[in-house]
Amino acid sequence: MINVNEIQETNAMIEKENLDVRTITMGISLLDCICDDVSKTCDKVYDKIMRLAGNIVATGDHIAREYGIPVVNKRISVTPMSIIGASSCKKTDDFIRLAKTMDKAAGEIGTNFIGGYSALVSKGMTDKESLFLNSIPEALASTNYVCSSVNLASTKTGINMDAVSRMGEVILDTARRTADQDSIGCAKLVVFCNAPDDNPFVAGAFHGITEGEAVINVGVSGPGVVKTALESVRGADFGVLCETIKKTAFKITRVGQLVAETAARELGVKFGIVDLSLAPTPARGDSVAEILQEIGLEYAGAPGTTAALALLNDQVKKGGVMASSYVGGLSGAFIPVSEDHGMIEAASVGCLTLEKLEAMTCVCSVGLDMIAIPGKTPASTISGIIADEMAIGMVNQKTTAVRLIPVIGKDVGEEAEYGGLLGTAPIMPVNSFNCEDFIARGGRIPAPIHSFKN
Amino acid sequence: MKNMVEGIDMKKVVITVIGRDTIGIIAKVCSLLAENKVNILDISQTIVSGFFNMMMITDISRATISFEELCTQLDEVGSKIGVVIKAQQETIFDMMHRI
Repeated sequence: MINVNEIQETNAMIEKENLDVRTITMGISLLDCICDDVSKTCDKVYDKIMRLAGNIVATGDHIAREYGIPVVNKRISVTPMSIIGASSCKKTDDFIRLAKTMDKAAGEIGTNFIGGYSALVSKGMTDKESLFLNSIPEALASTNYVCSSVNLASTKTGINMDAVSRMGEVILDTARRTADQDSIGCAKLVVFCNAPDDNPFVAGAFHGITEGEAVINVGVSGPGVVKTALESVRGADFGVLCETIKKTAFKITRVGQLVAETAARELGVKFGIVDLSLAPTPARGDSVAEILQEIGLEYAGAPGTTAALALLNDQVKKGGVMASSYVGGLSGAFIPVSEDHGMIEAASVGCLTLEKLEAMTCVCSVGLDMIAIPGKTPASTISGIIADEMAIGMVNQKTTAVRLIPVIGKDVGEEAEYGGLLGTAPIMPVNSFNCEDFIARGGRIPAPIHSFKN
Repeated sequence: MKNMVEGIDMKKVVITVIGRDTIGIIAKVCSLLAENKVNILDISQTIVSGFFNMMMITDISRATISFEELCTQLDEVGSKIGVVIKAQQETIFDMMHRI
């Protein structure tokens, strides 16, 4: 029988250490909604989302009550819209109608984000995908809940530098169209290398084409729980440190597994994966940077940060993999700057720089995430930063991503304020030297030699 | 979840009660459970610096109200006595602390 200490431990994690289920995300295939008329496609998309995910918010709340743990977000992800609209869409406005349909369904269901306004162009871009990319800025500016992503590199296919060049401009255009809200459109746009098909976290969530009809993916989160566990082993050696993280990650992920199984059963949809990421929020005590500080660094970004993050990421995976029958998504430690108060502080005091963050992306599970940069940053520089991240992901056979926010009208020393889970972002300095000629070359960077495994 | 001895399917719910100690907490909570045919399997209770802390493992498989209704009624009793009562399916603890 469960004993008193175990009950207290679990409830302390929930009530004091910010353990929560960060998201239950239903991935829905819209492949059967493809037809050659935009209005019909929109209707089919709307009907299918409402039919399958109509109950997701009520189910999430019900599960929260059953187990006494907050289920913070209930979200939806769909098949990349560039594929769903490829036949029926003839102009950017057609794709934007699909975005508005996604937005309408999400609003009625009561979810706060719907991912999947996406394109997979890591090797090449079709004409319609090119059109789709042009539609992204207006789609994000004219909807509330829609998130967009573009996979433009992979270990197997190399880096699509034409797409990299385009996305620098798309990001800037999105920033300009949402300038009155500190360019918030860019907070809903991610560029990927090696994007996973089953990521439950926005803004990069989409329902990959390798997936089935519908699936439940859960992201559970507990950086506060890990930090508290580490407080009791302050000063102990790395062996003890790693064991503590691993065991804590196991316990956190078990909750994700339980919630995923329950949600799948109650919604009548298959269980997909648990994403065992440590995902911070702006709240105190819910921070990945605080874990790094607890490990022994003055601020995230100090020497030793990359090593500390590497061990954290690795131990989270080792503990989590035992805890779940299927692990997927991003699964590791997240380092979104604006969503982690410890990161914000580290950036504000000048300890955390873009260059250090780039190093950190080599060893954690996302990339340059939720970073505000000066609004005057040229598109080619943004593309150069993207190219760097894509190269890291491609060569190291991991997922990397870029979610940069050029805040129009603001510069270093100022802040962008988004509120809620998106937090506050200090504008970070960007290397101002020129890479226009590099980006202007066009074409593809070939896949690395070690991808040839046959 | 099977009771190995009797072969009956139990539905275990953990109820925790935390708050300032006053007379009658255990009596009021247990009366509510008894009225609704919730069986108490285990109780553990301490008082630390005037704070009352109780954990019960109960079985609601033969209860006359639903889990949701039980939560609502426990909330009401809790407010009246001035304590926080939380009810959770035992599975979350099993899942975290057992392989």
